[in-house]
This record gives sequence, C-alpha cells and structure tokens, in this order.
Amino acid sequence: MTKVKGQSLHKQSNPLADATHQLKILAEGPFKNGDLPLFKERIHQSLGQPLVAKKLEILQINVGYMCNQVCDHCHVDAGPDRKEIMTRATMEQCLEVIKTTKAQTLDLTGGAPEMNPNFRWFVVAARKAGIQEIIVRSNLTIIRAHKKYHDLPDFFKQHNIHVVSSMPHWTKDKTDKQRGSGVFEASIEALKQLNAVGYGQPNSGLQLDLVYNPSGAFLPADQNDLEADFKQRLRSDFGIEFGQLFAITNLPISRFLDFLIASDNYQDYMYRLVDAYNPAAAQSVMCTNTLSVSWDGALYDCDFNQMLQLPVAGSVRHIAHYQESLMEGRKIKVSQHCYGCTAGAGSSCQGSVA
Amino acid sequence: MSYYDPKDLRKFKDITQWSEALGHKFFDYYNAVFQEGALTPREKSLIALAVAHTEMCPYCIDAYTEDGLKRGITKDEMMEAVHVGAAIKSGASLVHSVMMMNKVNKLDA
Repeated sequence: MTKVKGQSLHKQSNPLADATHQLKILAEGPFKNGDLPLFKERIHQSLGQPLVAKKLEILQINVGYMCNQVCDHCHVDAGPDRKEIMTRATMEQCLEVIKTTKAQTLDLTGGAPEMNPNFRWFVVAARKAGIQEIIVRSNLTIIRAHKKYHDLPDFFKQHNIHVVSSMPHWTKDKTDKQRGSGVFEASIEALKQLNAVGYGQPNSGLQLDLVYNPSGAFLPADQNDLEADFKQRLRSDFGIEFGQLFAITNLPISRFLDFLIASDNYQDYMYRLVDAYNPAAAQSVMCTNTLSVSWDGALYDCDFNQMLQLPVAGSVRHIAHYQESLMEGRKIKVSQHCYGCTAGAGSSCQGSVA
Repeated sequence: MSYYDPKDLRKFKDITQWSEALGHKFFDYYNAVFQEGALTPREKSLIALAVAHTEMCPYCIDAYTEDGLKRGITKDEMMEAVHVGAAIKSGASLVHSVMMMNKVNKLDA
C-alpha cells in the first residue's frame, strides 16, 4: 500500500489503522509457530502469576488524537486529520476522579494535548482539584505552530507544569526524518523559549524532560549514556538545558508496525524484543501503576492498549463509573507488543524502569 | 546460499554449550571491555565498528552498526570511523613498499 506522507493511517484507510488487524499480526508468525513465547506466558514465568495492577500512581489522560505533526513512528496515529477530541463534559468526569484519586500525577497526552480547545481550562481546574503533579507531553513545535500557542511556556510556568517533550536526536537530519521537515528547528526554538522562562534551569523548580525514541528498528542504548550525549550536544550547539532524558522503546503497533512490515524488519524486531526480555523490567512495567483514559472516557491499562482497543478487565470501563478500589488488582490485558516495555532496561512513559 | 547467515548472530551465545568455562571467560572479558573506562562506550562502539570493517566480519558489522544507531551515532561518524580503519589497513600495505624500495635500491645497481 502506498504511504501518503502527512496523513494518518486512518485517513488513508490503511488496514493497520484497524486494531483487530494489528492484534492478529502480533499473534501470528513466530508466536504462532512456537518459535517465540507469548508475552503472557513469559510474564507468568517471571512473576509466577499474571500481570496485575498495583496502587494507582499516575492517571494518564489522552485528550485527543489531533496533532500538528505526523511523526513516522507515532503509536497514536495522530495528525491534523484526527478529529477525536475529549469534550468538556468528559473532562468534568475526569475532574471528579482527580478530586478523589490517591494518584499523585496527572499525565496529559495526545496528539498534541494543547490543541484541545479546553486544554487550558482543564489544566487550571485539575490544579484546583489538588493533584500533586501535572505532566504535559508537549511535542514542542506546537509552541511555534500558531501565535495562539506562543505563550504556552508562560502558561506552563504559571501552573507549574512538568513539561515532557519528544526529541529523537540532537541533529536536524535525524529529527526531521522521523518527525517531519522543519521540526528540529521549531523544537530548538521552543526549547529556548522554555529555557528563557526558567524551564530546565537549575534551581528553578520547573521541570523540562526530553523523550528519546529510536529512529528505526533497533532498541535504545543505555538511558544515562544517551542523556549525557544529548546534554553535551544541546548545550554546546544551542545553549539548551534540560533535566532528564527518558529513553523509550518503540512498540510494534500502528505506524511503527507499518514501518516494520514495509521495511521487512518486523520479524527481526520481535526477536530483538524477546531476546532482550528483562525479568527485572517486568516487575516495574508502567501499566501496574498507571491508568489510561481515552478521549471518550474509556479506560485502558496504558496508552498502547488504548490504541489497540484493549479495554481494562473488570466491570468499570469508563471514567464516569470510576472506583479506585475496583481497579487495583485487575488483570492487565497483554499481547506481544508488551515485550517493548520489558526489553533491556525496560520502557515506560518515564523512560527506563530497571 | 551464503556461508554467512544473519540468524547465526543470535546463536553466538551458544558457543558456551561446547566449552562452557572458556565460553563464559570470553563473554565476561568481552562485556568488561565494553564497559565505561578511560574511553566511553560510545568511543568503544566506533572503534569496534572500524575494526569490524578491517576484519571484514559481517556479524560484527551487523552488530556494531546497530549498536551505533542505538547510541545516536550518526552516519557521518560511522563512515569516518570506517575510513580510519581503512586508512590504517591501506597504510599497513603501503608502508611495506619501503621494503620493496629498499630491495630495489640494493639489487638494482
């Protein structure tokens, strides 16, 4: 199927836009012929039981799949053509949960979460509701995309938002190849703006962290080594400062799965993930302390399961009916994509886990 | 049919099956060499890539190209490292031409 640059798989009616089709692929090949173990068997072997949710610490809300970018490996299949947006009514349901949850962190993601027309209202209301920490996963370029977003650094500062931003490399070529033409320069400008209001500066208390994900069919190197290289290069080349670098493994779903199949890398990549399985990482996967809420209020064990339409197990499946006590101890829904979170040092929205 | 099969790289660890003690000694040594020391793991990866080429080892080229990508090493850096290896390799040939010149100078009056 011919790939159209700048359009989501959904817009192109690509078969891989269908979650059922993706899950079918993940169940076949080496996992069907027994060459590689199914994730549920491997995790059971490590833990002596299925993967279950522990105490909730992070409530991750996806406020919509619309984005100003169409990145090659986006697991959300986000882009300007995606119209799924969380309504204010659903946000109000989320706020009721935020008021009572024992979770310390609210993690806002998308798409570009800032493009939701109620984004700022929601941040202010969530802060009033008393959550300890608010993370915004900002793609950086949104700050430069339109004048109505130019003041986002001040808004983030005003509400003490923890900004977490994707930055796949310290060079233009590698960044633009993965995230689109012009993304590197706009990202650098946005980082400078964030630095200028205090983000990433020592003792400012304003947290700015970067997310690295590999540009192709390979796993990330050691997070600390990569962080040292990013810090040195961004500082020397652009005078940019940031806090931590989170190295995240690409999971074989959505656009990255499309890339793996089209480039004949799928099978080798799955072998890589399985070979790199780390039992220590399996102890700390993010789905055990995170709950993912989709734009329509449906509940998932993680943002990846959200995109694969694998809802949480149990009777509570929507934020409107949320009861924290019923969520703890639930069995996590797994498939072979989960190997992405247990490979090497492990991978989560907060980077390595082991 | 090639003598080299990329799938064999995954089996490298299995050499311990036929000589456990020596196999483990080798891998312990190998892993220790690539730890952070006076050189960074990144610098060591580039050296390994250059040597992989001079040794013309397909498995090593496969492994250390991927290792370089994982570390964020750029295409320019990788190719420069390969040229360093190639320069030493060609220099090693060319420096022997001094022997040839010495011999000519001695024999050919």
